[in-house]
Amino acid sequence: MRELALHVLDLLENAVDAHANRIELYIDEDLARDILSITVKDDGRGMTKETLSRVLDPFYTTRTTRHVGLGLPLFAAAAQRCNGSLSIDSEPGVGTVVTAVFQHSHIDRAPLGNVGASLLAVLLSDRPIDLYYRHQANGQCFELDTVAIREQLADVPLSHPLVREWLQEVLADDLHVQQALL
Amino acid sequence: MPKLKSLEDLKRVREQAQEDLKVRLATGTKITIGMGTCGIAAGARETMHAILDELKKREIDAHVTTTGCIGMCVREPLVDIEQAGQARVTYVNVKPDMVPRLIEEHLINGNAVEEWAIGRLPTQ
Repeated sequence: MRELALHVLDLLENAVDAHANRIELYIDEDLARDILSITVKDDGRGMTKETLSRVLDPFYTTRTTRHVGLGLPLFAAAAQRCNGSLSIDSEPGVGTVVTAVFQHSHIDRAPLGNVGASLLAVLLSDRPIDLYYRHQANGQCFELDTVAIREQLADVPLSHPLVREWLQEVLADDLHVQQALL
Repeated sequence: MPKLKSLEDLKRVREQAQEDLKVRLATGTKITIGMGTCGIAAGARETMHAILDELKKREIDAHVTTTGCIGMCVREPLVDIEQAGQARVTYVNVKPDMVPRLIEEHLINGNAVEEWAIGRLPTQ
């Protein structure tokens, strides 16, 4: 995938498919340590040890609609080719935590890309979830918590056209965090 | 967190949205975009944003939602358009540059773009 934000979207969609109620996404860009880390934590159904042991096999999937599961293997490969790694912790009934670490300055590291655009795709999901997002880079921080947003909205869904436009504007601010690194 | 000002803006958005919520849900248009790994890799996120931009440009009210993989990975990005009282039409391989014509012909003129559609589900 051309942007890490597309891998992020894929991970978030996995969490939605796992019936998560709340998903947390942390992106930390630490230039002093030359590390970019991405963590997605969800409270979805989780995975058994057996599933977990096969989850990085591209020819393994729990889906019945197709026979390959490429999301996590592709993300692991992207991290590994940038002197990084991917780790997954999961427990049935508790949830899953996926963390990918990249060498920030690695020449093969794809740009982070438009994380806000990915988040919007998840926030418009037909399966409503709560999402917390924190992006830290070079002293700048962007945070978004849909719990606070839903409190304001009461019965109006996030997918309402007016709310959607508001979300697009708010999420555009996340790009300023990336610009702080330039 | 978004700036306090933004949350204040959101309160106004809620008041405005609540007024027309019932009307929109009853008579509105729903557009669904497949957002599985296959869809994402094929550019579904960009297709979704092209749809949002076009709706805004033409001032069309529609609910846009995303869903996971439905098993037609090779035909992604998949876009479903459903209008109250009309058949639900599934379009395949929808790239951002196809979106203006799709919106104009389907939503504005009321004619499905047959050459891009793979299926039509009658209203229940």
